Amino acid sequence: MNATIFLIIISLCLGAAGLGAFFWSLKHTQYDDLDGSAERIFLDEHDRPLNPRH
Amino acid sequence: MTTPQDRGLRESRGDGGGCSVLSVPDMRCFGCIGKIEAGLTALDGVRSARANLGIRRVTVHWDGDCEPPFIDTLDGLGFKAHEHQPDLAQPDETLSRLIRALAVAGFATGNIMMLSISVWSGADAGTREIFHWISALIAVPTLAYSGQVFFKSAWRALRRGTTNMDVPISVGVLVTFLMSLSDTLRGGDQVYFDAGVMLLFFLLIGRTLDHAMQEKARNAVAGLSRLIPPKAMIEHPDGTRAPLAVDRIDPGMRVIIAAGARIPVDGTVEEGASEIDRSIVSGESLPCAVAPGDTLLAGTLNLTSPLTLRATARAGESYLAEIRRMLEEAEAGRSRYRRIADRAARLYSPVVHLAALLTFIGWFTITGEVYHALTIAVAVLIITCPCALGLAVPMVQTVAARRLLEEGVLVRDGAAMERLATIDTVVFDKTGTLTSGHPHLVNGPTVSQEHLDLAGAIAAYSRHPYSTALTAIAGTQSKITFDHIEEIAGSGVLARSGAVTYRLGRSDWAASVGHPDGEKSSTVLSKDGETLAVFEFEHLLQVGADKAVATLREAGLRIEMLSGDARLPVQRVAAQLGIDHWVAGATPAAKIEHLRALRASGHGVLMVGDGLNDVAALAAASVSMAPVEAADIGRAAADFVLVREDLNSIPRTLQIARRSAHLVRQNFAMAVGYNALAIPFAVLGYVSPLVAALAMSGSSLLVTINALRLNGSGRMMQRNGRSDRVVHPPAQERTA
Repeated sequence: MNATIFLIIISLCLGAAGLGAFFWSLKHTQYDDLDGSAERIFLDEHDRPLNPRH
Repeated sequence: MTTPQDRGLRESRGDGGGCSVLSVPDMRCFGCIGKIEAGLTALDGVRSARANLGIRRVTVHWDGDCEPPFIDTLDGLGFKAHEHQPDLAQPDETLSRLIRALAVAGFATGNIMMLSISVWSGADAGTREIFHWISALIAVPTLAYSGQVFFKSAWRALRRGTTNMDVPISVGVLVTFLMSLSDTLRGGDQVYFDAGVMLLFFLLIGRTLDHAMQEKARNAVAGLSRLIPPKAMIEHPDGTRAPLAVDRIDPGMRVIIAAGARIPVDGTVEEGASEIDRSIVSGESLPCAVAPGDTLLAGTLNLTSPLTLRATARAGESYLAEIRRMLEEAEAGRSRYRRIADRAARLYSPVVHLAALLTFIGWFTITGEVYHALTIAVAVLIITCPCALGLAVPMVQTVAARRLLEEGVLVRDGAAMERLATIDTVVFDKTGTLTSGHPHLVNGPTVSQEHLDLAGAIAAYSRHPYSTALTAIAGTQSKITFDHIEEIAGSGVLARSGAVTYRLGRSDWAASVGHPDGEKSSTVLSKDGETLAVFEFEHLLQVGADKAVATLREAGLRIEMLSGDARLPVQRVAAQLGIDHWVAGATPAAKIEHLRALRASGHGVLMVGDGLNDVAALAAASVSMAPVEAADIGRAAADFVLVREDLNSIPRTLQIARRSAHLVRQNFAMAVGYNALAIPFAVLGYVSPLVAALAMSGSSLLVTINALRLNGSGRMMQRNGRSDRVVHPPAQERTA
């Protein structure tokens, strides 16, 4: 029983971390141009993401 | 036919710089991204340029007072670009709120489901109780956060005394949660937290897609108002001049109109001679000459020289105000269309609530147990939840919009796809839609190169569409240098070189000595009154016009042409394309009247048009399309924007819209069929939380997969057929 409780808490924390990571990426315009991001790896020059608070 | 004034669409910032959004439909790969961004950043005053391949747009931030020449720069790189409407450039707060709510609901669904599965597979009573508590702990904050979307909308509807789809959803979700909470407290074995949260998750997917597809605010009316500047220069009787607000101009006042300005109020010309662009009335960009005594309509554009006008009507009664009223009326009429999802929602909620209520009453009278009867009634509410119904339409529309973007068609309003599927008549505008907006020289080969170069050199001093066409094809070097050049409004260009006078313009003005074929509409180059060369101009048919019209006719549609142009050219284009029903010389009001009459007799009408004169007609039709070269206001009024200069996009769009309508009906049939199948089990009390969760995700998945079928159908065939037309812009620089 004790082990289960620990595992549940750990799994919830991991899930919450995933949710937080999703929110972070959403805020930093990671989903604005999925096709473009796939192509941009071929560009040689240094490429920085667009600052959302421009 | 975009004039510089129409294009004032950028978000200005305090420091004088701004942000422009350009639509670049030909961008396809990393090579294009690199070239576009490097090319734009190299311009003076550009702070940053960022291309978005997914939506084929470039966002440019720039400093300084005037916008660097983005469109010309991109043209030089081999990309056609268009300024994008600013309303679409702004971030959508509601959408990000919906996505956050969706993420939270997704997180909760996943975690609660893990706990629920161990409960369903037979955890002992102690574990089950703890798991129920943890589930409640996750579910209740989720309900408070993600559920708000539905609660708020339902509350707004109830306060107005109406009902919408969100009312049964909110009632269902709330009752489910309350029941589950009380079961958790009592240590019962049936809690529906998983089903309730999953319901929120699926509904939010549908809601988010639906929001993304919903039409953005149309700004066509505002665009028309912005056409004329707020103030005009007035000449008082004593000769003094002062600016005055346009709506304070009284009939009888004298108004000075600069070259390149739009006429602010209706009036008659008192002094001056100029050329007027009447495209807002007729759709034709060919200037027409005006002299004292002629009537001018508000909204038309003064091209060559200043005019003095005597106002004959107030701004509120002018021609432009009339067009604006027609546009407003047409847009108000359009909002009466009820979307298929809304119609379904009206039927849905009474049926479901009645079923749940009857179940409760039935079980209560049979068993006499309130709690048991309530549990089963809640099961009915859950099992009939409209999640498949909520996904049925937005899923299909999203997939269809994605397909259409690949075809070069921008969807401004998802519901327009439903309307497009029901049309039986297509009404085309002529100039700029079926034919190109610019005239082309058709008898070029019969004119000697020497004369062509000479005409080109003279034409370079004029901005008349014929001159532009001539300059474009003529050689750049001419041996003759001119001492004096003068443009005579309505006649042509006069050039003196030493003792010789060249004239390029209307035949009766340029050639005092008669010329061979004597046709009046042609343009003549003359030397001291003697004809050197005759030029014939025509508006060529747009790419794919004949094929598109033929395809549409084969599909059983009635084709009409509604043009503001004169009878003869309209008749010629109609004959070329085999269009039997055509109207020439139609004013904007006549166009609207025609469309209204068609719709009143039960026809669904698609209007395809581009000009300022078509704006109100676009809004009055059942559904509308505009080519991307159209005036900004035209694009704002249309439901679809054709990004490629190929009219074959029209039949393809129609085909996809019809297929989507078919899939939407299938999806509805599946969602309703599934409910009809499940309700008897729920009413009889055979539904457990496990069954509810399975049924809910199963039906949603089915609807989604069905929508994705739109992606597969006919795609291979079209891709093969299209490959020969794809022009890859970077190709031209590869050799350099």
